[in-house]
Amino acid sequence: MWDRNQMAARAAQELQDGWYVNLGIGIPTLVANYIPAGVNVTLQSENGMLGMGPFPFEGEEDADLINAGKQTITELPQTAFFDSAQSFAMIRGGKIAMAILGAMEVAENGDLANWMIPGKLVKGMGGAMDLVAGVGRVVVVMDHTSKHGESKVLKRCTLPLTGQGVVNRIISNMGVLDVVPGGLKIVELADGVTEAELRAATEATLVN
Amino acid sequence: MRKVYESADAALDGVLFDGMTIASGGFGLCGIPELLIAAIRKAGTQGLTVASNNAGVDGFGLGVLLESRQVKKMISSYVGENAEFMRQYLSGELELEFNPQGTLAERMRAGGAGIPGFYTRTGVGTVIAEGKEHKDFDGKTYILERAVIADLSIVKAWKADPSGNLVFRKTARNFNPPAATCGKICVVEVEEIVPLGSLDPDTIHLPGIYVHRIVQGQHEKRIEQRTVRKKEAV
Repeated sequence: MWDRNQMAARAAQELQDGWYVNLGIGIPTLVANYIPAGVNVTLQSENGMLGMGPFPFEGEEDADLINAGKQTITELPQTAFFDSAQSFAMIRGGKIAMAILGAMEVAENGDLANWMIPGKLVKGMGGAMDLVAGVGRVVVVMDHTSKHGESKVLKRCTLPLTGQGVVNRIISNMGVLDVVPGGLKIVELADGVTEAELRAATEATLVN
Repeated sequence: MRKVYESADAALDGVLFDGMTIASGGFGLCGIPELLIAAIRKAGTQGLTVASNNAGVDGFGLGVLLESRQVKKMISSYVGENAEFMRQYLSGELELEFNPQGTLAERMRAGGAGIPGFYTRTGVGTVIAEGKEHKDFDGKTYILERAVIADLSIVKAWKADPSGNLVFRKTARNFNPPAATCGKICVVEVEEIVPLGSLDPDTIHLPGIYVHRIVQGQHEKRIEQRTVRKKEAV
């Protein structure tokens, strides 16, 4: 099984040179640490920035320079700033090649649920609905099962959706699966995971 | 016409009324109109509907208007950082309309641009689409979202000149320009008012046509998540 960092490292293999990419909060943020050498990607932060740099050195934090997770960050030589309407115009307009996001549930038809659990504290969808509806490719990084061992890779999502038929690829702690006509296709197994174990942990239909 | 006012209280004089709709700039605590929020608290205006991406935190930003129960309804995309907000929402004291972040930004932009609504893919097949017109274009389904037009916009910029031309700084720009354009009256607080002619006309982010009143003041600019890295030992 892959841990958080191994999942992030695997997700970083999805990046292609020259791409503009949006990374979600949580494990997707770690993807920035594993961008392969020779691959130049520009990270978008949906609060209004292209070319997101690393965290600042202590004492160099700037209250006017944060990412979408409200963390202090830095700029790079290629950085550009813009307002929220323009930020989502480039997202909605399909200019962002890929978003890597977390997920609570994914279904075999590409449906994604990652913003709301009914009856629990609802914080909001932020920019997730806009991202999944607008970017070229959606990759989700997630644990394959819940703490209780129930599959989170489902025939149909049970939670309120973030987007309908939007996911292209799932990178879980157990492997990599693609959304294809008729269900999900196993692309890769995580270290030490057998196909039988992945199948047993997956409720969704698996096709060859 | 004079646009520069002596204080946030003076800049809001005569524009506040109970039950009004306010569009606010800011993302998290970054680029929020903290002085105007404090002045609205002092004025005690009631029954506000506030369109703002976030709702501040307890004791700062829009959180201070929640504490004083001046807000009737929030239109926001993410409100997770505020315990008092959650308490009022869960007890039914506060209405909440969730908007996807880009939809909220575009609703404001459209409101300021004379566009009554727009079709978007965002939210199709989700609870956001319920009750909204669906329309297919070129084989894809879109939903109709309406523009936001506010009675008042409250905005934070970095610099203004006396004519109201604005320059923002880094990611503190965020929702401020679209929020500024969608208000019938736009009041802006800035860190610095510079003499007419000292801003390069090519670098103005928002032209003064959108700005009615300006006030300069001291900003706390609180940081919500201070994240740093260590300097590597040489």
